[in-house]
Amino acid sequence: METTETHHGHAHSNTGAYITDHVHYQDVEGVIRSEEDHGHHDSDRNKKNFIHTWIFSQDHKIIGKQFLITGIIWAIVGGAFSNIFRMQLGFPDTNMSWIGNVFGDRWVENGHMTNDFYNMLITMHGTILVFFVLTAGLSGTFANILIPLQCGARDMASPFLNMLSYWFFFMASIVMAASFFLPTGAAGVSWVFYPPLSAIRDASLGSKGGADMWLISMSLFIFSSLLGGLNYITTILNLRTKGMSMAKLPLTIWALLITAILGVLSFPVLLGAAILLIFDRTLGTSFYLDKIYIENVGAQPHEGGNPILYQHLFWFLGHPEVYIVIMPAFGMVSEILSVNSRKPIFGYRAMVLSMLAIAALAFFVWAHHMFVTGLNPFVGSVFVFLTLLIAIPSAIKVFNWLTTIWKGNIKYTPAMLFAIGFVSLFISGGLTGIFLGNSSIDIQLHDTYFVVAHFHIVMGIGAFFGMFAGVYHWFPKMYGKFMNRTMGFIHFWLTFAGAYAIFWPMHYQGLAGVPRRYPSHAGYESFNKFGELSEFITIAALVVFAAQLLFVFNFFYSIFRGKICHEQNPWKSNTIEWTTPIKPGHGNWEGEIPTVHRWPYDYGKDGQDFIPQTMPIQPGESAHHV
Amino acid sequence: MVGAMNNERERQIFAQRFGLFIGLATIVMLFVAMTSALIVRQGAGNWVNINLPYQFWISTAIILLSSVTMFISKKAHKQMEVQRFRIFFWATFILGVAFIINQWLGYFALAKSGFYINGINSYQYVYVISMTHLAHVGVGLLILLYTGIKTSVQKFNPNYHHIIGFISVYWHFVDLLWIFLFIFFQLKFF
Repeated sequence: METTETHHGHAHSNTGAYITDHVHYQDVEGVIRSEEDHGHHDSDRNKKNFIHTWIFSQDHKIIGKQFLITGIIWAIVGGAFSNIFRMQLGFPDTNMSWIGNVFGDRWVENGHMTNDFYNMLITMHGTILVFFVLTAGLSGTFANILIPLQCGARDMASPFLNMLSYWFFFMASIVMAASFFLPTGAAGVSWVFYPPLSAIRDASLGSKGGADMWLISMSLFIFSSLLGGLNYITTILNLRTKGMSMAKLPLTIWALLITAILGVLSFPVLLGAAILLIFDRTLGTSFYLDKIYIENVGAQPHEGGNPILYQHLFWFLGHPEVYIVIMPAFGMVSEILSVNSRKPIFGYRAMVLSMLAIAALAFFVWAHHMFVTGLNPFVGSVFVFLTLLIAIPSAIKVFNWLTTIWKGNIKYTPAMLFAIGFVSLFISGGLTGIFLGNSSIDIQLHDTYFVVAHFHIVMGIGAFFGMFAGVYHWFPKMYGKFMNRTMGFIHFWLTFAGAYAIFWPMHYQGLAGVPRRYPSHAGYESFNKFGELSEFITIAALVVFAAQLLFVFNFFYSIFRGKICHEQNPWKSNTIEWTTPIKPGHGNWEGEIPTVHRWPYDYGKDGQDFIPQTMPIQPGESAHHV
Repeated sequence: MVGAMNNERERQIFAQRFGLFIGLATIVMLFVAMTSALIVRQGAGNWVNINLPYQFWISTAIILLSSVTMFISKKAHKQMEVQRFRIFFWATFILGVAFIINQWLGYFALAKSGFYINGINSYQYVYVISMTHLAHVGVGLLILLYTGIKTSVQKFNPNYHHIIGFISVYWHFVDLLWIFLFIFFQLKFF
């Protein structure tokens, strides 16, 4: 039954009955129904069965948690994979025949993992972390949890499509997970899936059935992202509560809006690239393939295509994807820094404009990933210029974050530490981005560990820090409890120090020319001197992974045994998600949705610690104008 | 009370329409990617010009006609002319099916002329892009079928008009998209 709640001030659901404390509804066909026909706010969960409440829920908060928990499971898998291949890189002489017991004997040769297994691990590590964790797990979680709550909406514009968004992600996950059980294993052609390796089944073991399942899984994933993005944009632009102008939106919502716009414009391009690849693989077309000979297989019947075409299409998504991953972290970190510094965010307008500028530039820099493809040097210089322009809005953001916490009354919560850590990582990783944005340097450093270090710090660990900050900060809103602080601090320091211990040395390896994607560097005399450094990196990686298990334990322990949150607004924050009940039901607010009167960053104003957005502007008070 | 109800309902419908247009934007981006690939390939040289068989011309006429029937159907729904609405709505569905059949006939004609799906590059693009478009028409047809059955077996409901409007927007969109592709295939950029 599609319903539209009709009471003034209330948002609605277009599918499925849900909460309300008011009397009349009108379904999409205009039939007016009474309250008895529908579920109620607080009794919603009681009346519906388990399946509809927790599995096929249309409540944005439940869907957000589903994204988060699925993302956590994938993060453990993806992280474990990195530990396994780091073992091989750090301790090449160690016997790893245990891999055969877990994954099958076909992946072990003379006590070492096979090259195909290594390729599979790095491919799935990249795919899982970039798409399933840092896109779905991060953006899917916080967009779902925060957009209706911080905008003042009962739910997403279409709760049904929102639910579908998660279930498409879930199906994508199942397909990807199932691919491990093929005799030829999961895809093993790197997460960027470049042809010809990805386009010819016989090119390698990882190019066979696993690659087909990767493409199917990613198509489902893209559909999930598009459904989600469509909903996020529509909700933010159309279903804000009274008084919530765009200028009064928290920066989290601005960030999630821009993320969603990036997603709906760039993911279809990846889908287009995938369709052409599927045709090449299954129907023998030659979009990405020209005459090619494969050893032990023979000449391939392809002609006229170009593998570089795929790279253009892939990176048209791939570069905005970097910002899809990092942008939600921008927003959450801005919010958390301001709340925990008890100071207004510095330069709200500049923060919004810089995010818009970064998003716009994201679509014009893709070829900086392709400087070594034989790109025309003039075209290369244009992309260098556009790439380096991104440094300007990025620097503005860093300056504003630092200025926000400057002389603030800082509360060192785990969330705040992760937010500060994010700023540190964004600076460190961003600076090396300036190196790589220059074609003259990039040509030297391309495909070395310098690149690995750069993007792991800035978009990998950086985005994870944003995610952790968000989980620690909004955990009381999600579960009505606090996460354990001590475990949070241990988690932070181990992760922060450990992340630098892993990736800082990689810069030196990269500068010395150590190439990425090699299963082992042991056979290369020029790289032998980095053997001990590789051991150190591997040990650091194992420690950091163990620290994440502590986080996972803390997360689930706190859900059941965490300190109960008795305060409606535990962080003394201004945004309106803290005006809901401590554990809001479907529909979020029991009565009217509050009206917003001011921007969300009135901290320390006129001698008051904080002034919620719902507080009307007092006579004689100067309102903040953006 | 009734005024507030109408406002809320209009707000909801506006949000849904807004979402629909974002959805269409994603489809536009998909075809931008694929048509850009064709342009890049054409620029690489050794390009064989595309001559579409007459079946694709007929398809174009059919889908144009289906847009006209969709338009009349929507107008009839607004004017609460039930019979007229149903006739033209189902006519749109039938024309949609005819479009799909005719596109397949076009593919057969191409194959008969030796332009197989894995043959000459330029025709590979015709297959992949037009088949992707066909998939979107197929989705439209499923929606038309569902709505057609629903509006035929249920009592006429004037408040269903905005849903007919959404379907109409989508149908005109896939129609325009095909017109664009049809012209695009026959252009030479380099």
